[in-house]
Amino acid sequence: MTTLEEMAASVPDGALVALPPDNSLPSVALAKALIRRGSKGLRLLGVPVSGFATDLLIGAGCVAEVQTSAVSLGEAGFAPRFSAAVKAGTLKVVDATCPAIHTMLQASEKGVPFMPLRGLIGSDILANRPDWVVMDSPFGDGERIVALPALSPDVAAFHAVMADSLGNVWVGRRRECATLAHASKRVLVTVERVVEGNFLEDERLAPGTISGTYIEAVAVAERGAHPVALLDEYGFDADHVAAYARAARTEAGFNEWMAEHVFAQRAAA
Amino acid sequence: MSHKPEELLAVTLARLIRARPTRHIAVGAASPIPAAACWLVSKQGAPRGEHVRLSLLHKRSGNPFTEGTRELFDLTGQGRIDLFFLGGGQIDGQANLNLIGTGEWPGRDVRFPGSFGSAFMYFMAGRTILFREEHSPRVLVDRVAHISAPGVSEPGVFRRGHAQALVTGRCVFGFDPARGRFTLETLHPGETLENIRAETGFDFDVAPSLGETPAPTAEELALLRGPVCDEMLETYPEFCSRVFERKAAA
Repeated sequence: MTTLEEMAASVPDGALVALPPDNSLPSVALAKALIRRGSKGLRLLGVPVSGFATDLLIGAGCVAEVQTSAVSLGEAGFAPRFSAAVKAGTLKVVDATCPAIHTMLQASEKGVPFMPLRGLIGSDILANRPDWVVMDSPFGDGERIVALPALSPDVAAFHAVMADSLGNVWVGRRRECATLAHASKRVLVTVERVVEGNFLEDERLAPGTISGTYIEAVAVAERGAHPVALLDEYGFDADHVAAYARAARTEAGFNEWMAEHVFAQRAAA
Repeated sequence: MSHKPEELLAVTLARLIRARPTRHIAVGAASPIPAAACWLVSKQGAPRGEHVRLSLLHKRSGNPFTEGTRELFDLTGQGRIDLFFLGGGQIDGQANLNLIGTGEWPGRDVRFPGSFGSAFMYFMAGRTILFREEHSPRVLVDRVAHISAPGVSEPGVFRRGHAQALVTGRCVFGFDPARGRFTLETLHPGETLENIRAETGFDFDVAPSLGETPAPTAEELALLRGPVCDEMLETYPEFCSRVFERKAAA
């Protein structure tokens, strides 16, 4: 076990950090801790899209580059600090499409150098991805198809419901976190709670469990996904996100919001 | 019976769904009106009595994907998704979609959220209904600034489906992939052909049978405001509150 702030301190500036989106167990708590630590030059990967935590990190000046299929606050609309950073030209955006990100991670998971994916041809996403290659199917059927390189994030970070005594973590049906864990060099997980026992010995829990084999560190962060929903533990706090979206329309409003919701948290802790 | 514009759109989308055999529909991010249309079709029972399966990517409880969100794309890749919905910050006359933005890449003038799964789903779903409430020359353009997903593909590129129709806040267009062109099919109440031409940045054909988009029936409205809203409250609380005037339990 480690603490949230120690976990954040272990993420080097400039790292490629993979984060799941708002419906799939993002660790908002770790994102806030990275901001408090003053992270710089992070390259974020949205798996496969990006949400609230990514907008916070961008607004706080922690991010040099984001590779993602979209950045959005859902019903609260466009992500304001992302939009502002693109307009200002201070953020490199590497656009993708959802299944391409899954496929690149799956290639890493399998330990193969690339995997093919249909679609994409004719899209300007492909035209702006020199690392994606159109090839003729090697089976001679005349199909042109895109080869995507394996992608292995330096760090994957997500928020699970619980960890057990052995460092296994339970994510329920959000199995994209498992693919992400398999594909990444380091996996950092915040959890609501740690419970006694071994999830892998429980037939009902085992399918939603990621083996501790893949996980470097676990830290307790209660309500660590808030304002995002966490499975059946707690719901999406739409009022909180809407208030953020209004405040973050301006840099001054964003800074005020951060002072109250990110920096005051450490002072209170 | 009086109705809200969103209710007319949901009913119009539902009729397009029912117009073709549909076994399995997937609904992606932030699409409350398409989701309402799908639930309406589900609650109506399909015209030939077959069950319509709905997979809602953002449904929190009972979400059908137990292998994570990649399962939606895997299913679609296999040809198991008959219908998907897409929109766009810009849509052009060849049904190209732009979810990237305007100005220099990657959207230095106005950045849209991004392409989501469109650059795959538009090719691989059995068909796609395009939906965008705003119908103005800034959205419906002659040529999109950037292509997230192309409306048609060249030979040698595997493509299972195309746009079936484009539904906006003003009208319904059908799409012919062979010609790469839209045809105006119905006008929502209060719209004229002249106004649609003025508000549309691309050239289109006009159906000889051009008429008014039929209003929702009392039965359709009762389903929307009752059982459809019940299904949507958890995922789309803001929409349900605004359109159906119903609040989710805290």
